[in-house]
Amino acid sequence: MPKSAPEPIQTPKAAVAGIDVGGTFTDLVALDAHGRLQLAKVPSTRANQAEGVLNSLAAGGCNPADLSLIVHGTTTTTNAVLERQLARTGLITTMGFRDILELGRRTRPQAYGMHGTFSPLIPRDLRLEVPERMDSSGHVLTPLDKAAVREAAKTLLDAGCEAIVVHFLHAYANPAHELEAIAEIQSLWPNRYITAGHQLLSENREYERGVTAAVNASVQPLLDRYVQRLAATLAQKGYPGELLVMNGNGGMVSAAHVAKEAAKTVMSGPASGVKAAAYTARRAGIANVITYDMGGTSTDVALIRDTTPSVSNEIDVEYGMPIHVPMVDVRTVGAGGGSIAKINSGGLLDIGPQSAGATPGPICYGLGGTDPTISDANMLLGRLNPSGLSTITGEAQRATVEGIFETEIASALGCTVTQAAAAVIQVANTKMAGAIRMVSLSLGTDPRDFALFAFGGAGPLHACALARELNIPRVLVPARPGLTNALGCVVADLRHDFVQTINTPLKDLQPNEISEILTAQTSRGKRLISGENLPATDIDTLYSLDMQFVGQTHLLRVPLSSPYIAQDALQALFEKAYYDRFHVTLKDIHAAVVNVNCSVIGRREPLDLSLLFDPAKRQPTLQAAQTGTRDVFFDDRWHTTPVYERDALPTSFTLTGPAVIEQLDTTVLIPPGDQSTPDEDGNLIITIGSAS
Amino acid sequence: MTVDPITLTVIQAGLQQVCDEMDLSFSRAAFSPVIAEANDRSDGIYAADDGALIAQGNAGLPVFVGTMQYSTRTLVEMIAAGDVAAPEPGDIYIVNDPYLGGTHLMDVRFATPLFRDGEIFCWLSNTGHWPDTGGAVPGGFSASATAVEQEGLRLPPVKLFKQGVLDQEIFSIIKSNIRVADQRIGDVQAQAAALLVGQDRLCALLERYGDAQVAAAIQELRARAETQMRSCLDEIAPGHYRATAYVDSDGVVNTPLVIALSITRDAAGLTFDFSGSSAPCMGPMNSVRATTLSAVYLAMRHIFPEVPMNAGAFAPFTVTGIEDTFLDANYPRPVSGCAAEVSQRIAEAVFAALVPALPDRVTAAPAGTSGNFALGGHDPEKGRDYVMYQISGGGYGGNADHDGLANGCSTIGISKAPPIEIMEQAYPVLYHRYALHEGSGGAGTQRGGFGLDYEIELRRGHAKASFVMDHGRFGPQGALGGCDGGINRVTVWQDGMAYTPEHLSKEQDIPLAPGDRVHVQTPGGGGYGDPLARDPALVVEDVRLGRYNPPQARKLFGVMINAATGDDNAECTETLRAKMRATRE
Repeated sequence: MPKSAPEPIQTPKAAVAGIDVGGTFTDLVALDAHGRLQLAKVPSTRANQAEGVLNSLAAGGCNPADLSLIVHGTTTTTNAVLERQLARTGLITTMGFRDILELGRRTRPQAYGMHGTFSPLIPRDLRLEVPERMDSSGHVLTPLDKAAVREAAKTLLDAGCEAIVVHFLHAYANPAHELEAIAEIQSLWPNRYITAGHQLLSENREYERGVTAAVNASVQPLLDRYVQRLAATLAQKGYPGELLVMNGNGGMVSAAHVAKEAAKTVMSGPASGVKAAAYTARRAGIANVITYDMGGTSTDVALIRDTTPSVSNEIDVEYGMPIHVPMVDVRTVGAGGGSIAKINSGGLLDIGPQSAGATPGPICYGLGGTDPTISDANMLLGRLNPSGLSTITGEAQRATVEGIFETEIASALGCTVTQAAAAVIQVANTKMAGAIRMVSLSLGTDPRDFALFAFGGAGPLHACALARELNIPRVLVPARPGLTNALGCVVADLRHDFVQTINTPLKDLQPNEISEILTAQTSRGKRLISGENLPATDIDTLYSLDMQFVGQTHLLRVPLSSPYIAQDALQALFEKAYYDRFHVTLKDIHAAVVNVNCSVIGRREPLDLSLLFDPAKRQPTLQAAQTGTRDVFFDDRWHTTPVYERDALPTSFTLTGPAVIEQLDTTVLIPPGDQSTPDEDGNLIITIGSAS
Repeated sequence: MTVDPITLTVIQAGLQQVCDEMDLSFSRAAFSPVIAEANDRSDGIYAADDGALIAQGNAGLPVFVGTMQYSTRTLVEMIAAGDVAAPEPGDIYIVNDPYLGGTHLMDVRFATPLFRDGEIFCWLSNTGHWPDTGGAVPGGFSASATAVEQEGLRLPPVKLFKQGVLDQEIFSIIKSNIRVADQRIGDVQAQAAALLVGQDRLCALLERYGDAQVAAAIQELRARAETQMRSCLDEIAPGHYRATAYVDSDGVVNTPLVIALSITRDAAGLTFDFSGSSAPCMGPMNSVRATTLSAVYLAMRHIFPEVPMNAGAFAPFTVTGIEDTFLDANYPRPVSGCAAEVSQRIAEAVFAALVPALPDRVTAAPAGTSGNFALGGHDPEKGRDYVMYQISGGGYGGNADHDGLANGCSTIGISKAPPIEIMEQAYPVLYHRYALHEGSGGAGTQRGGFGLDYEIELRRGHAKASFVMDHGRFGPQGALGGCDGGINRVTVWQDGMAYTPEHLSKEQDIPLAPGDRVHVQTPGGGGYGDPLARDPALVVEDVRLGRYNPPQARKLFGVMINAATGDDNAECTETLRAKMRATRE
């Protein structure tokens, strides 16, 4: 996107707050009716996340009564699934198939090591079978035994189930039996927590569809109660508007509707981070971005192409736990600041996979950590300011860290403590760069064509080194790297995604088959968006087809510019997409359309991101923004390095590394040879010098 | 030249990255679902002089852990002897001969030299499992073949690509001898393209760190991996460790094949002595040398997954006594079962031998069969012939930490089973059941995982069912006092009459008519530790969930369940267990 096409910027008419609940912190980004910014970071309250939400509003000085919109990203559902703290849920399924949810797809957690466990979402005694059967064309082979359905539902109710799933084989081809069963259950089930397998996705894989439905049902009551309680509390405090909740697709839905498709809120936090990145990068005129979110325990990576985050329908939230609804494709690639460094028995340095986590955390946090971590190495090299990390005085802390690096790493490698710390960073960066490359390649893209968007607490510390390693020319560090997910809540769109499986060779397609599906999906999406009590400035529609050559199993997504497209044009589009991806032309083999996809996106009023800086703190010159210098280790030697305060940086400057830029939520490291300038929104755009 | 340890680590990560990118490229572009979905392929870098493994992709199918270094070594030797044309830049050799460092015919290997300044710096090679290479039955798994010619087309090493150009003449010979040939060009391109990706990435690494430094690093990494593996072996006390494992039969002669393993742990490392194992067999359950060695390495990698994969990691291992046994078969012995079944039985013998020495690391035996059921026939509704494969998992062994996983994939694989809904779409079959194989987990303090129990009906047309499975005679072995896992059972219902294959787990071409059914129960994992030491509450829970019935709880675990409450009758359990312990002694 050319930089010369800025969007019309309006001061928001409404006061809006985005609140993201993460594992450790609850973050707030809010703008009042005058366009003034409020930020807050408070500890998350795991038992009842609502407390942290209210605390963040209080810390940010926001009175709910003055807000017209609150958008909320929550980890309620993610935590519930990962910790198996789920509502008691029962399953009614086809006779002979109750174990599908326990058998999975016959895999194991790791390629090597015959260990591992798996715990199904619904225990075996709550999985009941009833007589019914469809074939793969949706023809009834055995009629549904409705009395058996009622009997099974009663049994599950008596067993204390709060939510229920109906999951029949081939319901994607014909949902009649599932719908009839739901009708029977509704007559006796005391609440709305009833999920049908075909309801969230119509895909021909019984395990994935079943797990998606089971996730939905078993988190539904928890999410519903949480969101309703939070909405009620906010209303009590005078909030006049509707509470909106972030979905994993980077869009949002109202609290009233969110629980119906609760499974879609899994991954909502990471998705809103990527959404914010896409928004920020688009305003900066950068269309293609790899997001790099490095936190304390892990690093998440996602791809944004042509300003649009990559979405996947095939995300596994953990081993054996696929959730097949469209979600922003965020991949966890391993190391975080807390990842532990050690020398293996071959005498080589390993980083992770063990992590010191948030508690006890790295040694330099002073919370009792005793294992050398990436964060400790950053501290030893002068990259992190020790006084910013811990309540204990920096010097004592430093001596402890040095002692541990000496015994654990330096002595084994036969080098100094500083060299050991530099080695930890170098090895960690090499491995992270490799992992980022694999994500990019697996999505069919070369990282060199992208900018690196660094966020999370530790992302901006490593981004320039990673970019150099990956031959990525530019790094973008947004205004508030540590609050990116909360910002995503503020800039999110209303969004609905639709997928329909048709699995038809091109030559067998009916003339208007694809356009009819796409236009039906579009009008359904528009209806849903106009049903939300929130103005959308504009509605965008994205069309795509998942295609493959007949006989192949991998899908290739082919974007369409309009729902109306001729068959021969489709074959050509696919061949081109295939060639771009694999550099192979296969003329004689026929293509097939597997899925027809449509996303309907209600855009909201644009937000001026330059508001993320308080003009009152801005200094006229770089010198004035400099808070001091410290010695930082780069490329085998110490450099006297200027330290700047991010909020004090002027609106225009060119800063050549080495430099350290500090802000409340992160530290930005600019190595020697790299050059940083601000853009109009105040993002740091760092140009990577040639490899050193 | 010495390489500092940091650069060494970085080069190690770089070599690994090259291989991982080859794996990724191969799978993403491949046509065959066996490669694209099931990842039945592997890519690696091999030494110029002897083919020794330098690095291998993490996503490769485990069975290929050791094989390609032998096929590359054989190629290098044949080139040196003048038996194969000398390489030029851009050449890619193709070979699938099992006796030249291979597995079965379906595993087709490509190899290309990487030239630097006119010299071969190393070899890049990959293996992909082709869905068919001709032979008596589609797919190549003939349960009753008695010579390799019946199993498919055997290719000696020849240049399929000459200086980067596909040799259409050789390819047309291949195409004329295999089924579903029209899609193979997609796989061939994908397999070759993966090698080119590897070449590009490896050259970038060489440019960055210098050929001499990378060469030195490769030597050093090999030494370090050996050191690391040796330090792992320090956990094993010196002495002898023995185990025996059985293959049900070779598919032709109905007697068990014996794998007799004696492991010696001494200063040299580990010696795996297989002498006393059965002689080469008539049917396809022979293994070739490369597969036997690879199976040993694979088992050790399952035990010590943290050691990087290169030739150094295998250096402490010596395999002896396989000559004149079915673990080192020569031409023309049929070998289609070597990769899928025999290799898993070899791994089972290694696990069983070492579990007393490494009780915290090694599990009781996993199901250890690929559970291959093939159905071939004509679908009158679609007017076409088909071959359907149902590959199944089984239970994993109990271990020091937890019960075994249910329905895990084979020891040598990492692939997913196909969805039932897709099978029913593609083939004229109807599943009546897809469930836990109840009672199959071997009893133990930590019990084995459960196998799978499925029943399939043929809906229309006539068809033939073939089975290449194992553990039909003996269940996967329990460890440290644990019981064996449940056996594999195959029952074919023809016109309402039950038929059990004579070889239990193997048979070729059983005729099926519409309405006939195939019922398969796959093995459970072996139990770990004394079942009488299992927490009765866990037994009660398993019974409550229908995984075992009350008589099994009593007989296997000595737990008496109160029929009225479903709880453990603690007093009776204690008495019963005491009695059972006394009877044992």
